[in-house]
Amino acid sequence: MVKHYLDFEKPLVELENEIEHLKRFSRGKTLHVEDQIKHLEEKLLRLRKEIFSNLSGWQITQIARHIDRPKASFYINELFTDFIELHGDRHYGDDPAIIGGMAKLDGKPVFLIGHQKGTDFKEMAHRNFGMPHPEGYRKALRLMRMAETFQKPILTMIDTPGAFPGVGAEERGQAEAIAQNLRAMALLRTPIITLVIGEGGSGGALAIGMGDRILMLEYSIYSVISPEGCAAILWKDGEKGKAIAADYLKLTARDLFRLGVIDEVLEEPLGGAHRNPKEMANRLKEALLRHLKNLEGADLDGLLNQRYEKFRKMGAFIEEHRK
Amino acid sequence: MAWFKKGEEEERRGRHDDPKPFEELWVKCKSCNEMIYRKVIERNLQVCPKCNYHFQIPARSRIEFVVDPGSFLEYDADLAPTDPLEFKDSKKYPHRLKESQEVTGHKDAVICGEAKIEGQPVMIGVFEFHFMGGSMGSVVGEKITRLIERAIEKRVGVLIFCASGGARMQEGILSLMQMAKTSAALARLKEARLPYITVLTDPTTGGVSASIAMLGDIIIAEPKAMIGFAGPRVIKDTIRAELPEGFQRAEYLLQHGMIDLIVERKDLRHTLASLLTMLKVDH
Ligand SMILES: [Zn+2]
Repeated sequence: MVKHYLDFEKPLVELENEIEHLKRFSRGKTLHVEDQIKHLEEKLLRLRKEIFSNLSGWQITQIARHIDRPKASFYINELFTDFIELHGDRHYGDDPAIIGGMAKLDGKPVFLIGHQKGTDFKEMAHRNFGMPHPEGYRKALRLMRMAETFQKPILTMIDTPGAFPGVGAEERGQAEAIAQNLRAMALLRTPIITLVIGEGGSGGALAIGMGDRILMLEYSIYSVISPEGCAAILWKDGEKGKAIAADYLKLTARDLFRLGVIDEVLEEPLGGAHRNPKEMANRLKEALLRHLKNLEGADLDGLLNQRYEKFRKMGAFIEEHRK
Repeated sequence: MAWFKKGEEEERRGRHDDPKPFEELWVKCKSCNEMIYRKVIERNLQVCPKCNYHFQIPARSRIEFVVDPGSFLEYDADLAPTDPLEFKDSKKYPHRLKESQEVTGHKDAVICGEAKIEGQPVMIGVFEFHFMGGSMGSVVGEKITRLIERAIEKRVGVLIFCASGGARMQEGILSLMQMAKTSAALARLKEARLPYITVLTDPTTGGVSASIAMLGDIIIAEPKAMIGFAGPRVIKDTIRAELPEGFQRAEYLLQHGMIDLIVERKDLRHTLASLLTMLKVDH
């Protein structure tokens, strides 16, 4: 049973409760409610399919940020073996908002880097809700360079509201740390796969996101600004317009696929990844292995050219004299 | 000292026969709040004579102040923005664009081209802050990327004047990706051993600071320029505490090791020329 429900899931919760109640009520009694239960379960499935095939940008944002949604640490444990976490940027500190290390995927070593929001309040506070400081980005870069040195592929997992806006973060060069990662990732001589597993919050997400392949879970989001931030600018009230802003921003996986920013949308189990995390992990693993196989053994100069061209062509403009 | 109190200004304008409105003759300094005679500021390269605050100036004036007369050749002036998200708030995005285009005379928020500074050839890009806050959308990203690619082709350095609030919200994720695109081009520039100098002017924040601005081999700032990733208000709301004195100003960044030097507008041309000469790799 999922502990937390979103507002638009309310009709589903009511049906679920009804079924639960019937089951408990009929237990040990000779009441014939099987047909009724079966009917309700079919109705539940239909309704769930209906609701989840018509989600708005804001509803998807809520799923992307769901407290029960599988976090990077879950996928690390589920998909990989022999994970060894590596800490620190060698300059200032270790940032718990970014997890990094090495592990094996189907027996082959890879480097892992991911934002980690936390799974309960205690962990969330410890990990600053997945909002990195510069040292997090510098740790990520250190590990990515190590992956390049030892010729291992890199897998990055994006799940952050954004880079942390704080005094220390600014003093230690938040903008510089992000910029360095972007420039370095462009020429890193090893394959990079980026997975957006939850929330892709602006530059703080992109700083580990310059992959040769960028895959997005169906109900994850990726945006230049949060819906609340956008609404605050447009209507001076972040709460009021956030749902409208979420639609304006075109921040869902399918939007990004249409805009040519990502390579693949990974379908989630019905109701979202948190309804069936194991199934989600299986799908992720299949996709990862497929893309890794595709990138493996690639000529590195060719790979870098392709990576350059991939980002080079992003954008939309008109060139008037060529019309 | 304030020469006119609030309200007096209106009264004065009504009474006076002076054909020029008050705002055309007097400018209020953003930094020290003094009212200064516009002609004085103009003669002083748009720098406040009282507190040395360097005013935001149009991209054209920046070019004029630093490059050799007649040496500027503009590129890609016809690159124009479009509306990929069909973004609409109180005004449609195309309307906002049109307004900015009318005010500035430019198609988007950056001017790019080649020029010479004391005889040194350089590719120069200048943000126009008056065009939607100098925000970086697809056109800005594309023009700067082309500028860098031309620099590699012609084997000259790149100079970029930043003045930007960050990525352009109205182009959504495509704006964010301009950070990736320009940074990738800068990676190639570095590989080609060509110098990259950035001049951060007031303000340089958000996505532009976290890509183009902070990647300079040499990072110069104008005095008192606001430079940072997050805006001060966002930080204040997040940490719920007062910000340190001078926080996110050029002098503060210099002290924290984040920029190379602060250069006054009047000295900029010569400093840039010297740097470009000295950074050149002999072949
Ligand atoms: Zn002043």
